[in-house]
Amino acid sequence: MTPLTGFLLVAALLFSIGLAGALTRRNAILVLIGIELMLNSANLNLIAFWRYGPHPERLTGMMFAIFSIAVAAAEAAVGLGLVIQIHRHAHTTDLDAINRMKG
Amino acid sequence: MSFVFYILAALTVAGSLAAVLLKNTVHCALALTVAFLGLALLFLDLDAQFAGFAQILVYIGAVAILVVFAILLTRGSETPKDGVFSHTWLVGLVIAAAVFAVLGWAVLGSARVLPHETAAPVVTVRDIGVALIGRYILPLEIVAILLTSAMIGAVIVAMHDKEGAK
Repeated sequence: MTPLTGFLLVAALLFSIGLAGALTRRNAILVLIGIELMLNSANLNLIAFWRYGPHPERLTGMMFAIFSIAVAAAEAAVGLGLVIQIHRHAHTTDLDAINRMKG
Repeated sequence: MSFVFYILAALTVAGSLAAVLLKNTVHCALALTVAFLGLALLFLDLDAQFAGFAQILVYIGAVAILVVFAILLTRGSETPKDGVFSHTWLVGLVIAAAVFAVLGWAVLGSARVLPHETAAPVVTVRDIGVALIGRYILPLEIVAILLTSAMIGAVIVAMHDKEGAK
């Protein structure tokens, strides 16, 4: 097994764990945690391909990962703000209980 | 495959599993921090020092703290009586397992054509800064605008609505 295969398998496992968390948990914050794990596994893929790719000096994968980290930070801030506002409105963060779009 | 890689991979996977499976939400957030730390160490193992330290600063320093704040503000640490998993948890688990099966099949099926061990690339922070200001200046500016608008948007969204409180 080459090193790149190992990193790709770890990233695939992390993505699946994050997806399982986002699909099965009831708390909205835990769903956001699952999405963060999925974003991070994509970053691991980008860095691994940058490291073992043919032209690492062009920094393409590294730049992708850095911008992806910045976008994930913005996503986390807005997502958690939305969760706090939903909790203030519906007095719960249980996604099974929040089943109406009308306020 | 080095011994260090196996330790870091086990740490990361264990942290993320705990983040998804634990009952107490605060414990989940702390396990998430362990998973982020494992990922940052994997980045350092891949000779991506800048991305590794950016991961520590942004994820452990900011995102994990934000998650803990959100849990405390929404009183999410109280475990609900009727379980922490949705009633459609089996479907979600099957979908995640299917996704992992497809990804693993694709990775293992293409293992022969993937590149092998190469010499570690020498990339200094200076190179990254020059690339950010040179070739990647437009994405950098767009990310700056995105971060500013996301910060303002998050404050506006989470701001207490006095009209609605009456």
